[in-house]
Amino acid sequence: MTETQTKGRVLPVTDLSLVVLIGASGSGKSTFARRHFKPTEIISSDFCRGLVSDDENDQSATRDAFDVLHYIAGKRLAAGRRTVVDATSVQQESRRQLIELARQHDVLPIAIVLDVPEEVCAERNAARTDRADMPRRVIGRHIRELRRSLRHLEREGFRKVHVLRGVEDTENATVVTEKRFNDLTHLTGPFDIVGDIHGCALELEALLGKLGYADGVHPDGRTAVFVGDLVDRGPDSPGVLRRVMSMVKSGNALCVPGNHENKYGRHLRGRKVQHTHGLAETIEQMEGESEEFRAEVREFLDGLVSHYVLDGGRLVVCHAGLPEKYHGRTSGRVRSHALYGDTTGETDEFGLPVRYPWAEDYRGRAAVVYGHTPVPEATWLNNTICLDTGAVFGGKLTALRYPERELVDVPAEQVWYEPTKPLRSEAPGGHDGRPLDLADVHGRRIVETRHAGRVSVREENGAAALEVMSRFAVDPRLLPYLPPTMAPTATSHVEGYLEHPAEAFAQYQEDGVARVVCEEKHMGSRAVALVCRDADAARKRFGVDGPTGSLYTRTGRPFFDDESVTEQILDRLRSAIDEAGLWAELDTDWVLLDAELMPWSLKAAGLLRSQYAAVGAASRAVFPGALAALEGAVARGVDVSDLLARQRERADAASKFTDAYRRYCWTTDGLDGVRLAPFQILAVQGRSLAGLPHDEQLALLDRLVEHDPTGLLQTTRRLYVDTADPESVRAGVDWWLEMTGRGGEGMVVKPVGAVVRTEQGRLVQPGIKCRGREYLRIIYGPEYTRPDNLSRLRGRFLNHKRSLAIREYALGLEALDRLAEGEPLWRVHEAVFGVLALESEPVDPRL
Amino acid sequence: MFLTISTTGTPERPATDLGFLLHKHPDKAQAFSTSYGKAHVLYPEADAERCTAALLLEVDAVALVRRGKGKGRGGAPDAALAQYVNDRPYAASSLLAVALSGVFSSAMRGVCTARPEAAVQTRPLRIEVPALPARGGAELVRKLFEPLGWAVGAEPVALDAEFPEWGDSRYVRLVLESTGLTLAEALRHLYVLLPVLDDAKHYWVSSDEVDKLLRAGEGWLSEHPEQKLITSRYLSRRWSLTRQAMERLELVRLAEADDSEVEEIDNAVAAEAETEEKPTPLAVQRRDAIITALQASGATRVLDLGCGQGQLVQALLKDARFTEIVGTDVSMRALTIASRRLKLDRMGERLASRVRLFQSSLAYTDNRLKGYDAAVLSEVIEHLDLPRLPALEYAVFGSARPRTVLVTTPNVEYNVRWESLPAGHVRHSDHRFEWTRAQFGAWAAAVAERHGYDVEFVPVGPDDPEVGPPTQMAVFSLSAAPHTTEKEAKAA
Repeated sequence: MTETQTKGRVLPVTDLSLVVLIGASGSGKSTFARRHFKPTEIISSDFCRGLVSDDENDQSATRDAFDVLHYIAGKRLAAGRRTVVDATSVQQESRRQLIELARQHDVLPIAIVLDVPEEVCAERNAARTDRADMPRRVIGRHIRELRRSLRHLEREGFRKVHVLRGVEDTENATVVTEKRFNDLTHLTGPFDIVGDIHGCALELEALLGKLGYADGVHPDGRTAVFVGDLVDRGPDSPGVLRRVMSMVKSGNALCVPGNHENKYGRHLRGRKVQHTHGLAETIEQMEGESEEFRAEVREFLDGLVSHYVLDGGRLVVCHAGLPEKYHGRTSGRVRSHALYGDTTGETDEFGLPVRYPWAEDYRGRAAVVYGHTPVPEATWLNNTICLDTGAVFGGKLTALRYPERELVDVPAEQVWYEPTKPLRSEAPGGHDGRPLDLADVHGRRIVETRHAGRVSVREENGAAALEVMSRFAVDPRLLPYLPPTMAPTATSHVEGYLEHPAEAFAQYQEDGVARVVCEEKHMGSRAVALVCRDADAARKRFGVDGPTGSLYTRTGRPFFDDESVTEQILDRLRSAIDEAGLWAELDTDWVLLDAELMPWSLKAAGLLRSQYAAVGAASRAVFPGALAALEGAVARGVDVSDLLARQRERADAASKFTDAYRRYCWTTDGLDGVRLAPFQILAVQGRSLAGLPHDEQLALLDRLVEHDPTGLLQTTRRLYVDTADPESVRAGVDWWLEMTGRGGEGMVVKPVGAVVRTEQGRLVQPGIKCRGREYLRIIYGPEYTRPDNLSRLRGRFLNHKRSLAIREYALGLEALDRLAEGEPLWRVHEAVFGVLALESEPVDPRL
Repeated sequence: MFLTISTTGTPERPATDLGFLLHKHPDKAQAFSTSYGKAHVLYPEADAERCTAALLLEVDAVALVRRGKGKGRGGAPDAALAQYVNDRPYAASSLLAVALSGVFSSAMRGVCTARPEAAVQTRPLRIEVPALPARGGAELVRKLFEPLGWAVGAEPVALDAEFPEWGDSRYVRLVLESTGLTLAEALRHLYVLLPVLDDAKHYWVSSDEVDKLLRAGEGWLSEHPEQKLITSRYLSRRWSLTRQAMERLELVRLAEADDSEVEEIDNAVAAEAETEEKPTPLAVQRRDAIITALQASGATRVLDLGCGQGQLVQALLKDARFTEIVGTDVSMRALTIASRRLKLDRMGERLASRVRLFQSSLAYTDNRLKGYDAAVLSEVIEHLDLPRLPALEYAVFGSARPRTVLVTTPNVEYNVRWESLPAGHVRHSDHRFEWTRAQFGAWAAAVAERHGYDVEFVPVGPDDPEVGPPTQMAVFSLSAAPHTTEKEAKAA
């Protein structure tokens, strides 16, 4: 700021507002704007005229130019950015449009008038080549219109009007940016947010005591925040006001107004209001107070701000709840929404308005803490919580400790006021079967993950995932995770092998992983099991009525069409968890397990019949005749012995292929013959276990298997390998050779430490699969081991698969973290949906 | 990949004439390169009495897959079109037919300079194809070959003797015998009918297939009772290849990730219904009933939720009172077909401004669906698993909340009147449930109660006195609620 500016007038301008400069052509608006605002804050009508017509002075382009101006201004205001409109705005109609725009975006319209003499304007215009021929009468008309407008500006809707008269005033003025009243983002608490009190002074004192306040002051410097509705209905509204007002005055508390204060305030200001809904009690109780106190109350109530944004924008407190687009905004409707909430326009059977379930739609990052609607229990929904637990109706008075997110409450001494209708059994909007919103998953999306930053999902992949998720998947509440894909080991150059563990060990050594675990790869179908302790636990934690969990495939489909079969498996898992004592040990009443379900033929029957067994059948049908024909020709002395030998080899390969798939097929009857091999406990109440080292994981799982007498649960064989020790690596290779030699599918090599990063901070692959030589016939075809085939197949590209594996892994971890932290369902589902969408990315399916 | 052609002979007309007719010497083994691998011709037996020629095609399965190189990421071939685990190296598919026409091209044309008279003579022929993929089974094989004068032996091949419960494979062991055909005729029959029976979708067929079919079918195809099937199957392969490449890949990958066949999940549009020219009378009656109910409701802005191939949208467009028609479906394939059916890209602006199609899902709420007069859910709810029905209920009645909602669904009681439907079967393989009138009524009444609608039921199709109509329709209308003023709302 320059010397001259500080001498002049100081113009306060709110940080989020629409600033309308008003002045005749040549009055110096553009110069003023450039001096006081950022270039990107300013939109000038001349510039917009240029944009649409290539000529900043083309008056015929005015209409289109203003469309563009309003559009840009609208985008900026929606994004919460102050915007300065540099146009003459001397006509009421043009200002009306801008005021409308400000209201649409719930920001303050501010007018700054540059009232500069006509001669000065004319002189300046004459000095500009592009405006030299502007008729003098135009400027005269501008000035007349401006003068006529001056008196009306506040009535038109401008919340601040600064009029600068004359050149000197204009040039010496200083603009200072003011924060909005509701912006307390610099306060970080900790806070104790108190629900609706309604004159329950005894309960308030008890609650403050329980929270640790002594005479309104917390020894640790905590701040109380009242969500409003201090008065009406209850026995001692003056007592409550006295306490809250003194705490606010001394800086120990914040308070937002409730609709009851608002109405009482109007009464105090002498407005006629109906003495209903408990107001009569307040008026009567206040009769006994001094005139002075009533004046203090009036002043207090007049000064209340509709809502506060606290803790760097992470917390919003208001009385009746507030959608994200209103956070930190300033308009009549924001205030009205903050005080009264939104209603659908319908009334219920008690004649009360039906409240719009705004919290269902809420997707904001800030936690919204509010009251207004009495509920029996305060519960979180989409990062919002209603603290009105009906103290005055004989419920309790509840407070939320923030950031701890702990609830503290005291019961009501008695029913102080009979409710019109019973308290609802659920948080507002927390209905059963309430689906997620399409906007949470649809289109191109970017999911923020803790472990790998932003993961993007392309539109076409999202569309495919939407179809599968909608038509086939289990209830999203019971689908808190989908397993990521896994990359195979780098291609081997050992003769006869396409995959070999040596590369996997080397890869981990290179990534700085010293100790890995080799886990037997069970050849079945991937299955995720969510096991709740009982139906009640499933209801409480996952909000479902009936099932005690879920068992689903890697694309979220229920494993069994018959729900009772799922329940039988869950039952066996449950009793194993019971017997192993894991509920108590893990302090949980649900467990999420990653597992392999066998046999393969159970789920892949369709594929087996149409593809695998079919190939076997065709080969068995064709070779006897073909070999006989060749043998016949050889017997006749035709030289086809090479061809014959080759066909024998091929027949042999085909028969090995048949052996390979047969190993993973067997007949089941009900649950007889079904086996489940759990290999990771993914999460329990309040905790993701994805980072639990695999040795500890396997120890827990072994106990689970031990305690299953039914034979359903299978153990996973394992071997620990030190990647830097050649002896240990050799033992790992031998173990694999032995296991795959007996027909095993192969193994997965994982860092023992589970979630591991390289020195550079990059996530390492959570597992690398090494598939057996015979097993790979199922993947690469019966004859893939022929040297000419192998050499061609070695040209495979792993990078995309590896990247995909890491991205899906990060999304999976994210889903588990969000689940563990009790984040809203849509947040968990967003990550889960992302995994499914990525699974439809084009990548070589044989990897 | 293997077949034999045998003939018998007499000293006057020795069997070894076969070698002249095929232009391949019986005492030599000959190899020919084809684009799918090497073809070999050899004779396991060859004397005056009996002579057998064998055609063996060594299919290079790896090359077959890698043909698509460059299409996928990093040069990896895309899953949908290629599998290493593939019956092509073993089964007598279209590849063998291509090899046949390449190796025996003169014989197929009936040209034989050495024995010109033999080329036009009929002779005893026996053809064995040990692994013939035959969609339609042994029965269709007989229907295709018998009218041509063949005695047909077609024996199904079991999928896996160790798993008898899996049943038969799609292969048959084929033996054809005839004395009344020329070799050229026999070869042309094979050339056309092998791929027709195979009916594989995954192989490129060049653009001059129509000409090839006409040439190879000369003299027998036009009279064949199964001419229509032969022609459509023969020519449909190319079309389905492009279709797959265009639309299905994401779903193919999701199916593969889950060890499923793509048909299990990409089944939102019934394959046979896709080319529906003459809709079944019931579908027409249903559409009429829906339009009548919409007209009665006074709706002008209408949602068709689960619009499928867009037949209802198309019908609604013909009535100008419907000023805004929105069709949604969760299946991108359905939307593509609907858009094609409506010719959206060529529609005039005025008409186009009345219609929109977009992907949505009834398992999620969708703000774009709010504020309409009416929503139609025609034959939709039965495609949802029952536990997911509350989500649909909320999305439609709680969130979108149009004044009128029409729901149609099959009446399972009526199924006994469908002669073609086996007892206990649902009408469509993707139906997750079918309800009786009482079940549907109870559901609809509960929905209406929960969301403040009134509901009436309308039969669609002949209303059988005993089992009711084939389709049941519920008409929901938003109950007239006492209007609350803003002031009253605030007072509470």
